[in-house]
Amino acid sequence: MDTLVIQTLNSIFYAAVLFLIAAGLSLIYGVMRIVNLAHGTFYALGAYVSAWAVGTVFGASASGSGNLVLAGQLLLLPLGALAVAAVGAVIEPTLLRPLYRRPEEYVLLITFGMLMILEDAMKLLFGGTPLSAGSIMDSMGSFRIGGLLYPSYNLVVIGVGIMAAIGLWWFIYRTRFGIILRATSQDRRMASALGLNVGRVYVQAFAIGCFMAGLGGAVVVPAQAAVLGMGVDALILAFVVIVIGGLGSLEGALVGALIVGFVRTAGIQFFAEIELAVLYLIAAAVLLVRPTGLFGRA
Amino acid sequence: MPAARLGPSLPMVLAAAAPVIVAFALLPRIVDLYQTELLIYGLTFAIAALGFNLLLGYTGLLSFGHSAYFGMGAYTVAFIVRDLHVQSMELCILGGLLSTLVLSALFGYVCVRHTRIFFSILALALSQVVWSLAYKFFWVTGGTDGIRVPRTGVTLLAGLIDFKGSGSYQKFVYSYYYYVLVLFVVAAAVMWVIVHSPFGKALQAIRDNETRAGFVGIRVRRYRWIAFVISGCFTGLAGALWVPLNGLTTPEILYWPFSGEIVFMTVLGGFRTFTGPIVGAIAFNYLKVYAVASSQYWQLVLGCVLVVLVMVLPTGIVGTLARLAGKLRRR
Repeated sequence: MDTLVIQTLNSIFYAAVLFLIAAGLSLIYGVMRIVNLAHGTFYALGAYVSAWAVGTVFGASASGSGNLVLAGQLLLLPLGALAVAAVGAVIEPTLLRPLYRRPEEYVLLITFGMLMILEDAMKLLFGGTPLSAGSIMDSMGSFRIGGLLYPSYNLVVIGVGIMAAIGLWWFIYRTRFGIILRATSQDRRMASALGLNVGRVYVQAFAIGCFMAGLGGAVVVPAQAAVLGMGVDALILAFVVIVIGGLGSLEGALVGALIVGFVRTAGIQFFAEIELAVLYLIAAAVLLVRPTGLFGRA
Repeated sequence: MPAARLGPSLPMVLAAAAPVIVAFALLPRIVDLYQTELLIYGLTFAIAALGFNLLLGYTGLLSFGHSAYFGMGAYTVAFIVRDLHVQSMELCILGGLLSTLVLSALFGYVCVRHTRIFFSILALALSQVVWSLAYKFFWVTGGTDGIRVPRTGVTLLAGLIDFKGSGSYQKFVYSYYYYVLVLFVVAAAVMWVIVHSPFGKALQAIRDNETRAGFVGIRVRRYRWIAFVISGCFTGLAGALWVPLNGLTTPEILYWPFSGEIVFMTVLGGFRTFTGPIVGAIAFNYLKVYAVASSQYWQLVLGCVLVVLVMVLPTGIVGTLARLAGKLRRR
């Protein structure tokens, strides 16, 4: 029973992180029709920047030094997300915008080039050793579920995931900017003809998508250290999520993340060898039966 | 676009390509051992890129999962050498081709139900199934350690040439160079015949306008499927040839960034031309080797090259040279 509760929490924790990454990927695809291969690397960049900021300001071994320090460290975490959003806001007008008139293969390729550049830029900036903000997780302690201990920080991540889902939903369906975003996504030329500044919408959408990826990295780094290559692994799982849920769909990203989270946790428990293969096969099966995913439109 | 004319016949093309082939045959006498080895790598990748371009350049499908077929060819050879104790490279290649044929027929059947970005993602997802199996079933595949295929374990031309004893490394590089060169010329000739056959023309019609091609009576999905299988087999052949040269096969070559490298090679050369992928693969191999040797940040270098390429020279090396030649001629 206790194990079941913990495994459920683990699944939701994992789903929360995946949702943050996949929602950004899906938003960018939904508005701009770009499949961003560098998205996982944005997630890794967020993790690195947050871990670096926490480590630089508070030193590596600040664990257990009071609530004030912990609060400060938690406040520094979103820095990673902001940094990635800034990078995104620079990349879109310089590298992506000139290519919108060309076939989509070129955009895919340039995001692959961005991936290569960013992976090594992170190695250059942060070095080859893993960066961790584990002191946050240590000083937050853990609580008991029956006879077992569970880290309290994981609940923070789950909370951020839920808040991000509600926030994004509100943003897209309840604000003026959300309407503009959806209008642009449905018909770019019509939106432009109605006087919307499509260029600006694109920058904002791309930056928000990047922010989500960075936020995913920022919240995960106290639980798992930032390592090289984490982005490349994360991207494929995010793909699986949005393929299952439907490209460009927010609800789909949420449901997809939950499915992947639970399947993965079950997989690690019961069929560890084919755990990843099962996920890819689920994605392939969904693409085959419902090409637009569970929640996709057209 | 060479749409209307059927192009020169194969003997004419081979005659035109003869000086290049002769130059390649003479190269090992001029350059040193290491350069020869690099050229073998380049020629193997060229076979893979040629196959890949049948899909991208001629059928208009961008596969981001060709690592699966390269890896399938490579792993099959490794299994044959390790478990069946077969030494003949010819049998190994045959096995590699058969296994990639089956795999690409299976995956292709699924993939060609979609086009554009869905096709790319589906091809990618399926290739990652193969990767995760190679990665996780370590008691079969050696996991991340991979499988060693020592050059002493293989023989060429049905056992006529083996690589045991002293000086075998040199012997291996020189004989394997000619072995790969011959296979490359055969592969390129076969591909040339394919893309200039009515079948190849049909593929280009599908690429240019799927709906019209369907109205003319072309069975679009079946043609795409056949193109997929041929493309996979070429890439599998490249993987099979690559193993003894590399001496080791690891899940790296099944992971999706390697698929990206195959795309990179093809675009570097130019995917609108027949020779583009060949030039691109050889150039990419040099680029990567020298970037890796000169800096630990080689990915950064390659990434910048790719970005500049896409922004400034979207037609690749061959396309750009052709345009320059055209300009000079007009003057």
